[in-house]
Amino acid sequence: MTPYYYLGSLALIAIGIYIVIAKRNLIKIIIGLDIMDTGVNLLLISVGYVKGGTAPIENVPGPYVDPVPQALVLTAIVIGVSVMALALSIAIGIYKNTGTMELDELLEVKK
Amino acid sequence: MKRILAAVLAILIFIVFALAFAKIPFGEKMSTYPNYTEPLLNSTSNMSLPQHYLTYGKKETGATNMVTAIVVDYRGFDTLGEVTVLFLAATGVGSLMYVEDKQRRRVRKSNAVVETGSKLLFGFIILFGGYIFIHGHLTPGGGFPGGAVIASAFLLLYLAYPKFHANHKRLNVSESLAGLTYVIVGLLGLVLAGYFLYNFLPFGIPTYLFSAGVIPVIYTAIGVKVGSELTGIVDAMMGVRE
Repeated sequence: MTPYYYLGSLALIAIGIYIVIAKRNLIKIIIGLDIMDTGVNLLLISVGYVKGGTAPIENVPGPYVDPVPQALVLTAIVIGVSVMALALSIAIGIYKNTGTMELDELLEVKK
Repeated sequence: MKRILAAVLAILIFIVFALAFAKIPFGEKMSTYPNYTEPLLNSTSNMSLPQHYLTYGKKETGATNMVTAIVVDYRGFDTLGEVTVLFLAATGVGSLMYVEDKQRRRVRKSNAVVETGSKLLFGFIILFGGYIFIHGHLTPGGGFPGGAVIASAFLLLYLAYPKFHANHKRLNVSESLAGLTYVIVGLLGLVLAGYFLYNFLPFGIPTYLFSAGVIPVIYTAIGVKVGSELTGIVDAMMGVRE
């Protein structure tokens, strides 16, 4: 049986994929990308969990959880934020130039 | 129709990955991981990479926070690339949102409670952000959370005062200086010890503020850099007309 932590983060990824494919609004697609990003980060973190482990800071005793995925996620979060900022500013630019954020109408404008 | 197809695809992906992840142990001891460090470091112990970090990290880097030690010391190149990505994003947002005369969108004036409250809170938030990135090697946090907290203080001012404007030239100067500090510390390591980003300063006593060699220096630089970059992004996005 797959642990609930994996199932939850995989569900977030699946919801993100569904939003990106099914929704037609640019802002909603960006929200879907963000949800997918969160799911991937959660998945990475939960792979590094050790039962009964504490945070890997050596002021506290005891078995520690794996610090490597935490470092990876620290990087991934910043990259996700950068991508989100760029995507949002591109969306604002599209809205200023065409007056719409719906993908169907944008395809009409292109023709 | 499209929604049904998308839902089917998402559910398929979910099921495939759930079946794959059922084989990955959850919460097991780290000794079940394969050993990668042995041929590299010539150690006689039979340790996996995270176990090596947890066992020898304090001795090898002087930092008590192992995540910080990995992010800045063991895998410093990752962080350099990450800072570059954030810098590129800030530059991209700045160039996409560029407007000739920076006139703010007409926002309703906020009331006196919000204005005074944000004025009072601003200093405290900046102080807390500075605390987070200066103590990155001792407590949870570090350069990126600290920088984000500092940028949130500026965001508060932007939201409370419709006329507030951060000085763009000074933001650029602090951002560039912080980035330059990071690279110069790395090059000093190359000159003094033969490795780029080598930890060449004395470690000091762990759990003290002045310890862990170059990690606090680099994290302070990253904190200033991230703070000014995110403030620049906020400024560029708030400066849109109409």
